[in-house]
Order: sequence, then C-alpha cells, then structure tokens
Amino acid sequence: MSYVAIIITYVFISNFVLTQFLGMCPFLGVSKNVESAVGMGFAVTFVATMASLVTWMIQHYILVPLNIVFLQTVAFILVIAALVQIVEMVLQKFAPPLYKALGLFLPLMTTNCAILGVAVIAVRANYNALESFTAGFACGVGFLLAIFVMSTIRERIATEDIPKPFRGIPIAFIIAGLMAMSFMAFDKALLKNLIG
Amino acid sequence: MLTIIYAFISITLLGAILGTGLAIAGKYLAVKKDEKQYNLERALPGVNCGACGYPGCSQYAEAIMEGRTTELTLCNPGGPDTAAKLAEIMGVTVDLTQEKKVAQVHCCGGKDSVEYAFEYKGISDCNAAYGMYQGNKVCKYGCLGFGSCIGACPTEAISYDSHGLVHIDDNKCISCAKCVTVCPVGVIKMIPVSADYIVSCNSKDKGAATKKACKVGCIGCKICEKKSPEGGFRIENFLASIDYSVKGERSSAAEACPSKCILKNK
Repeated sequence: MSYVAIIITYVFISNFVLTQFLGMCPFLGVSKNVESAVGMGFAVTFVATMASLVTWMIQHYILVPLNIVFLQTVAFILVIAALVQIVEMVLQKFAPPLYKALGLFLPLMTTNCAILGVAVIAVRANYNALESFTAGFACGVGFLLAIFVMSTIRERIATEDIPKPFRGIPIAFIIAGLMAMSFMAFDKALLKNLIG
Repeated sequence: MLTIIYAFISITLLGAILGTGLAIAGKYLAVKKDEKQYNLERALPGVNCGACGYPGCSQYAEAIMEGRTTELTLCNPGGPDTAAKLAEIMGVTVDLTQEKKVAQVHCCGGKDSVEYAFEYKGISDCNAAYGMYQGNKVCKYGCLGFGSCIGACPTEAISYDSHGLVHIDDNKCISCAKCVTVCPVGVIKMIPVSADYIVSCNSKDKGAATKKACKVGCIGCKICEKKSPEGGFRIENFLASIDYSVKGERSSAAEACPSKCILKNK
C-alpha cells in the first residue's frame, strides 16, 4: 500500500473520529474554541505519530520474538502513557497557555482510544515501520481536521439562538452526527479512482 | 513457564526504562511553582469538589495567588479551619463567624404517605423521571427517591431511609451543594448545621391540593406560626419555612403541626 493511500485512508475514508468513532471525548470536550481545538489536534497528532512508531518497534522487536503478543494492550498503553506525560511536560514548560486550555484532556489522552486504536490497527494491518508511522501521522491529521471543523462550527453556533433543550452538548452531538454522515461520502472507491 | 518470565521481564524493563526517562525529563522540564501557591494548595482539602466555583483545589489556589479572588472562605469542605490557614498564608484576616451549612432533603412523603400519578418504569434517575411529567408523584415538589443525589455526593453522606426517601448525614456532609444542583425538583436545601427542626415539605400547592397528594405535606395552616411565635416560622406560598437566625423554641409548633411535617433534625 502506498503512503499516499494510507494518508487518504486515515484522514478521509476511515477518519478516526467521524467514521470509526474513536476519541470522542476530546473531540467534544475541547472543541469549544478553535485555538485549543487546534492545539489538541497537534498534540494528538504528535502522540499518535510517535506512539505508532514506538509501538511498532515494541511489537516487532519485543512482543513477537518473545511470543508474548497477548501483552500488546498493556505494553502499548505503557508507552502511550509515557509519551503523553512527556508531551504534557513539554507543553507546561514551553506553552503554558495551551497547557491550561487543554487542561484535563491532556492526561486523558493516555487512554484516548484513537491513539491506542491507530497503534493496534497499524499492527493488525501488517504495516512496516514507515507505514505505521504514516498511519499514525494520518490518524492525527484526521483528528485535527475533524476537531478543527467541529470547533469552527461550534464557535459559530455559540451565538445562534438554539432551542433550549439542544444547547451545549446535545447540539454538538447532532453536529458530530451530521459531520460523520458527510464523511460517509468518502469510501474505498475514492482510493481506487485516485490511485488505481 | 518461559512465557511468564519473558512477560514479567519485558514489561518490568519497559516500565523501568520509561520511568527513568520520565524522571530525567521531569528534572529538565520542571516548572518552578511558587512556594506560596504550593502552600495554598496544601492547605486546601484536595477533594476537588468544585464548591468554590473553580474546577479544583489547585485552580482555586491559583486564583487566590493571582489576585483574581480575595474570597478566602469559598472552600466549604475545609470550613473555617481551611479559611484560617489560607488567611495565614496570604497574611490577611478573614471573618470566620459564618456557620457551616449542610444540605437536607425537605420532604417526608415516603411510599406509604403519598399518592402516585402513574407507575414509572424508566431509568432509575431523578432527572430522567422528572423529564416525564415532573415525576411519578402527584406532588410535584417532593423527593422523587431515585437517588441521583446519592451518586453526586462525593462523601457518601446521602442514603435511603426506610420510606424510600433520601436522608443526608450532616456529619459527613461537606456543604459542597452538589446534591442541590443535581436535584431536578429543588427539594434539597442548605440549612445551618445547628438547625433543631426542619419543615420537611416543599409543596407550594394550596392546602387542599397538598392534602390530596400527600398525607404529610405542609398545608400552610399557620398553626406553627401561632404555636411558636418565637420560632421564626413563616408561611409563604402555602409552605412553612424556618428563619434559622431566630433562635426561639420550636417544639410546640412541631407537636401541633396537623400533618406532622415539622420534624426534629437528626
């Protein structure tokens, strides 16, 4: 599978948020304003990219040779947790406003299923190291795209006169559903037409 | 057997390597925290209940530190002790005469004494039940008894009594008022911890309507006002309430109450 195909697949066709419904928690929690949404998007991209590479190495150099693949989830979570911790430290040191805006969602990224998801999916798809890396990156970009679009819509909708029962989270869920429906337009046929 | 050893060793090693890496990174990337703010954080209880209006204790400490708030008595769980500690750290004095308030359910209409409008078979949650014709009791002001407040309470101070209603243990209550917020009916109110009697009814319906809906509802008859004129009883919207700043005797009113809804506060 070519790298372009991997990127298109994970950004559009099976977007982690809008098609596979992974990582909904930060998607709804941090999408109230564009600035923190984009920050979260980049943080997820970074962690997902690094995590998919490192987990690939763990899978192929530790778990498979030692025949202990059943420890996959534990080992992956361990690595992801450490990565998130590092990202948190770096942000706290170099970008305190972003650190504050992301708040609780940063440590929650440890158990973000999108990141564990891309690691597991990359392993199941038998990617090589660079393909895993690409998949992780594309997953992050897909998340960034989704959360960025979502946050712009929510910023607009914040000033609209919405019926009372729909205000806040309910309307956000409806928006997410509509966005997910529009992403259904991208399917495998797109890949075939583009790449052949 | 070998697999177990491999599993053990590899996960331990992985954890150790990552842990060491983080420790080193922690040294290099450490952010210096103000000692004063650290002390403020230490002085707060650390339950992160949010009663002060900030997401958690560290945010409250930060707000005090940055001068965004001068209120040092916002921490209900900590009470006067915490306020005094905060004041000491900040080098100011605060007025600590405020009495601790606790939440209490103002309804005694249990299973045997109220009329039900319909049988509710939905989700066992007060807010869900309230969404359906404001609950299954005829009285729209009473405790629904699905225990949403029990789930909201951070200190497990709320429990069911034998009548299917909830009761709040004021020894365990930390006055965070989370139950007050979660209750859709508004039947939980904050009262001073020293309150001797409570009017255990929340019904603002007229006397006749209250009487039809519930055997133990306040019908607004004003007998309590007359029997204990010093007790601070006041009838408003066909419901008696007690002004706790008035310290008179209230026992004769409790005895005379025809529907027996003025109860001794345990």
